[in-house]
Amino acid sequence: MYNIKGYLDACTVSEAIELLAQNPNLRIIAGGTDVLIKMQHGQFQEAELLSIRTLESMADIKKLEDGTMIIGALATFSQIFNDPIIQAEIPALAEAAVSMGGPQIRNIATIGGNICNGATSADSASTLFALNASLRLESKTGARLVPIREFYLGPGKVDLKPGEILTEFRVAPEDYRGFGGHYIKFAARKAMDIATLGVSVMCKVAAKTLTEVRIGLGVAGPTPLRCVEAEEFAKGQEISKDTLAQIGKLAVKSTNARTSWRASKEYREHLVEELVQRALKTAIVRAGGEELA
Amino acid sequence: MLKKISFTVNGKALSLEIDIRESLLEVLRTRLGFTGVKKGCGVGECGACTVLIDGTPIDSCIYLAVWAEGKSITTIEGVASKDGELSKVQQAFVEEGAIQCGFCTPGLVLTTTALAESGKEYTREELKRELSGHFCRCTGYNNILKAAEKSLKPEEHQCACGHHGEK
Ligand SMILES: Cc1cc2nc3c(=O)[nH]c(=O)nc-3n(C[C@H](O)[C@H](O)[C@H](O)COP(=O)(O)OP(=O)(O)OC[C@H]3O[C@@H](n4cnc5c(N)ncnc54)[C@H](O)[C@@H]3O)c2cc1C
Ligand code: FES
Ligand code: FES
Repeated sequence: MYNIKGYLDACTVSEAIELLAQNPNLRIIAGGTDVLIKMQHGQFQEAELLSIRTLESMADIKKLEDGTMIIGALATFSQIFNDPIIQAEIPALAEAAVSMGGPQIRNIATIGGNICNGATSADSASTLFALNASLRLESKTGARLVPIREFYLGPGKVDLKPGEILTEFRVAPEDYRGFGGHYIKFAARKAMDIATLGVSVMCKVAAKTLTEVRIGLGVAGPTPLRCVEAEEFAKGQEISKDTLAQIGKLAVKSTNARTSWRASKEYREHLVEELVQRALKTAIVRAGGEELA
Repeated sequence: MLKKISFTVNGKALSLEIDIRESLLEVLRTRLGFTGVKKGCGVGECGACTVLIDGTPIDSCIYLAVWAEGKSITTIEGVASKDGELSKVQQAFVEEGAIQCGFCTPGLVLTTTALAESGKEYTREELKRELSGHFCRCTGYNNILKAAEKSLKPEEHQCACGHHGEK
């Protein structure tokens, strides 16, 4: 039995917001794959749960007329992986989705829960960082749009104010169109494992030059992060082994890896240098560039 | 706190009062006696507790029983036909020797059943991926994979003409 004191089901987003405003102790539960595990570990006692899992409007994935991609917070990882729009427009996000957990977990875990949980290892986070995704947060006082880089405040800490609910992610057309991308999850096991490092790279190429590169990393610091220095260097560089090597080296500068039982700091830094190059190589090809030998 | 829920298990409609603290695993095993739903880790890692909810495999240990409202649930007890004839998937597991202690088997059979019913085709790598949410401590995964592949093969043509296997 779970240590649950109260349980409410919200039928609409506005009802969920109303209930949250009335009782700030309510804990939102979506797929429950983080919440229920934390309860078993005794992290939440006598929880008062507000279930949002039946809010179907929050599970949609769609492309607006202006090209903006909308990914509902309740979209599950299986749904994202199988979605034809995501597969066509942002395949790196589909890759990230299928790298997460195992099938039964993907069938129920939501992308909103993955981000609101605040873990640096969240498999969807590095790609959403590379995509400059923004989050729509709704509360009784209105809605705000927050860039994902500002949403993460620290390990397990996100900028979700009391009474707020994450309804959807938005990706602007200029942040995915024309980009090639690739996500590499590095973990000790192929499935059912938390990432030792997550690397998501998006890039644009013209002729033999990198016109834009974005590098999102997970588990390279207390929160997911972007490798700004490497990205700025990359802009306008000719595609070569040497360029990639330099990008890999510069990427390490943005990290703040630490030693944990999964891997040492030095090992993680080595992985950053190496895997950023590998992910970029694939991303270049997907962006229409030539394959580097 | 109690809550009344209505759902079907293996085709049978049920209505019962459950405690909001209960997992679906607990309700199925202890309240309803479906002991084919196994409890391994209790934290979503091993897949022993897998059931199909509206045809989709989920780990019932981390699924609250209240969420089952209105759902159609299949446990291993509902896979064979009423007169006890094994399903194609079960038969394949027997034929390939994909079972030792059998603890992981209900979950694996259910996930494989969902794959078979999806009508999609899977490569060997994709099958491995789709079965990766199940831990088996005994057999090694080779025979399990073979059984899954056999389960997904289209029915062989069998008729009096004698051209067995040809279409
Ligand atoms: C066996 C197992 C394996 C796992 N493997 C991985 C893995 O490989 N990679 C990975 O990244 N994660 C993994 N996880 C962690 C977890 O499954 C994911 O983080 C998942 O995406 C969480 O989503 P959820 O819907 O289950 O969240 P929940 O548990 O329902 O919620 C998580 C947190 O977010 C809050 N929340 C959820 N939705 C909203 C919303 N819309 N608005 C505001 N707050 C919200 C909740 O209050 C809670 O604090 C694993 C978990 C398990 C049990
Ligand atoms: S008992 Fe549910 S996954 Fe192990
Ligand atoms: S047969 Fe024993 S766990 Fe798989």
